[in-house]
Amino acid sequence: MWEYTDKVKDHFLKPRNVGEIENPDGMAEVGSIACGDMLKITFKLDEHKRIKDAKFKTFGCASAIAAASALTEMIKGMTIEEAAHVTNQDIAEYLGGLPDAKMHCSVLGRQALEQAIGYYKGGPVERPEEKIICECFGVTDKEIERAIRENNLHTVEDVTNYTKAGGGCGSCHTEIQTIIDTVYAGTKPPPKPKLTNIQKIRLIEETMEREIRPILRHDGGDIELIDVIENRVLVALRGNCAMCQASGQTMKLLVETKLHELVSSELTVEEVS
Amino acid sequence: MNTIYLDNNATSQVAPEVVEVMLPYFHELYGNPSSMHSFGGQVAARIREARAHIATLIGATPEEIIFTSCGTESDNAAIRSALAAVPDKRHIVTSRVEHPAIKVLGEHLAKHGFRITQLPVDGEGHLDMVAYKKSLTIDTAIVSLMWANNETGVLFPVEEAARIAHERGIIFHTDAVQAAGKIPIDMHASTIDMLSISGHKLHAPKGIGVLYVRKGTKFAPFLIGGHQERERRGGTENTPGIIGLGKAAELALHHMEKENTYVKDLRDKLERELLERIPRSHINGDRHNRLPNTTNISFEFVEGEAILLMMNELGICASSGSACTSGSLQPSHVLRAMGVPFTMAHGSIRFSLSVYNTEEEIDFVIEALPPIIENLRALSPFWDTDERTGTAHSQSRTRGPGESSPP
Repeated sequence: MWEYTDKVKDHFLKPRNVGEIENPDGMAEVGSIACGDMLKITFKLDEHKRIKDAKFKTFGCASAIAAASALTEMIKGMTIEEAAHVTNQDIAEYLGGLPDAKMHCSVLGRQALEQAIGYYKGGPVERPEEKIICECFGVTDKEIERAIRENNLHTVEDVTNYTKAGGGCGSCHTEIQTIIDTVYAGTKPPPKPKLTNIQKIRLIEETMEREIRPILRHDGGDIELIDVIENRVLVALRGNCAMCQASGQTMKLLVETKLHELVSSELTVEEVS
Repeated sequence: MNTIYLDNNATSQVAPEVVEVMLPYFHELYGNPSSMHSFGGQVAARIREARAHIATLIGATPEEIIFTSCGTESDNAAIRSALAAVPDKRHIVTSRVEHPAIKVLGEHLAKHGFRITQLPVDGEGHLDMVAYKKSLTIDTAIVSLMWANNETGVLFPVEEAARIAHERGIIFHTDAVQAAGKIPIDMHASTIDMLSISGHKLHAPKGIGVLYVRKGTKFAPFLIGGHQERERRGGTENTPGIIGLGKAAELALHHMEKENTYVKDLRDKLERELLERIPRSHINGDRHNRLPNTTNISFEFVEGEAILLMMNELGICASSGSACTSGSLQPSHVLRAMGVPFTMAHGSIRFSLSVYNTEEEIDFVIEALPPIIENLRALSPFWDTDERTGTAHSQSRTRGPGESSPP
């Protein structure tokens, strides 16, 4: 049994805005009966270009019906620009949350809204380079990538919960993992340019002064740069740090992490007395 | 709100008579049947009686009954034992519509050096006997085919299948978890080597099962430990469970005729009335060759979970083969194997009755369900309320890319 919030149950048992608007300004149909979810939304604007009315029809489970009902309630009164900013998270939050395995219902709502806005603006949004990754549910690489970014997804299971991709035969799991890896690889900082020795030493000193000393001084300790030989950074601990049993570990971890992050990942730190 | 329980293939209520005979074994007669003192020893005598009742229910001898913890354990023990008995053989034959206790176990073993054939079924859920005969090889260690399908109630010709396996010297196991207690089973007249039973499907409690092992069949224990169950299943006996199952077996035998008349009539009435009152509804599976208590009906253009939750509001309990209730994102593997179209698979509801259901309950469901389906169809983009008919964009069969026949 799914753990639905009272709000989900309410919108499922008493769905708002069921139906279709005649001559709508925006409309969209997403999903398919094969996938087990299908949503059709229509909306009409008033003279101030605000969404005056929105209606839906859904084939799907309780949370799909609730998400569609919630979506139509949410966008009423919004301008097109405002509606374009509604995310699947907003829909889920409006309902007080959805079970993980049901998040795809909120994604379906966002997709429908987006396409309906595209219809209003004149034809569907062009997506030239999309590739179907999940054959079972017809999910493309762009949709997967977007769900990963917007919902901070890290595992194939997460992706399946949010997009259904990978929920069928499972043969696309490797490809989904590759997309996840690519998305997060993109967030890592670009490789740093090669430093001269002078630049390197200056950067190490700056980093120690700015990032490391304040932390050590907080505990009554200090650190001194003794020498830099190739990628070996020789340092000496002063004050409380010099007496501290755990200092070797602490220092190595702290100093190395900071230097790797801000100077070069090739540096190793050694303590000398 | 009264509960109308039509989900007996999921689990069943423990019969009041069963509860009654079990109770003393928790607090008063709690002795260990293996003990030397008579306080424990008297319990061993009661276990012997319970074993005899189970044996009677399925036409076996008491020595052929091994008590286990559940149907899944019985299935695991049977398959593992057969594989251990013929260690040079690495092939397992089963079907695509088995309960996960067999299906997933087979898929697990396939990752550990065994070869598995999952036999196809036709649109009515019948086993493909031609494919079955072809699948058997000199390398086949065991065939495991369910007696009755838990989702559709469709019966497999297990006796014939067992004979075919034996002609080739292959061990035959059947998962009879849904069949036991609902239809007559006579192991004396049968050639089936091993058979699994689960207590909670026949009004005994959860946590007790049986594996029948024909006399003379090589058996390697699954749970290794003490000398219980004649060294075929280690672990102190679940005394209350065994006593309860004994009573449940006695009752099942007593109710067998009622199951196949009274329960069947209620099921048939429910089915007939729903099909008549709800357009675009269909039965899944062979309606003539199935359990008397089960019906699996698809209501096109609506989704099963939504139907279940609407029924839940009225206290009606049933199951669905829709994607949203299957624990995966695809509809039930049974309906997919049968090639049931998506429009129907997602809207499938299984009603499974028991002798405890009344005609009033069935009448209530017959009145309650049509408006539920109508209301949900009013929400469905595939349904035309004025025309009272629907159109689906995808009429494709449910055999998707993940459903190609295994090698």
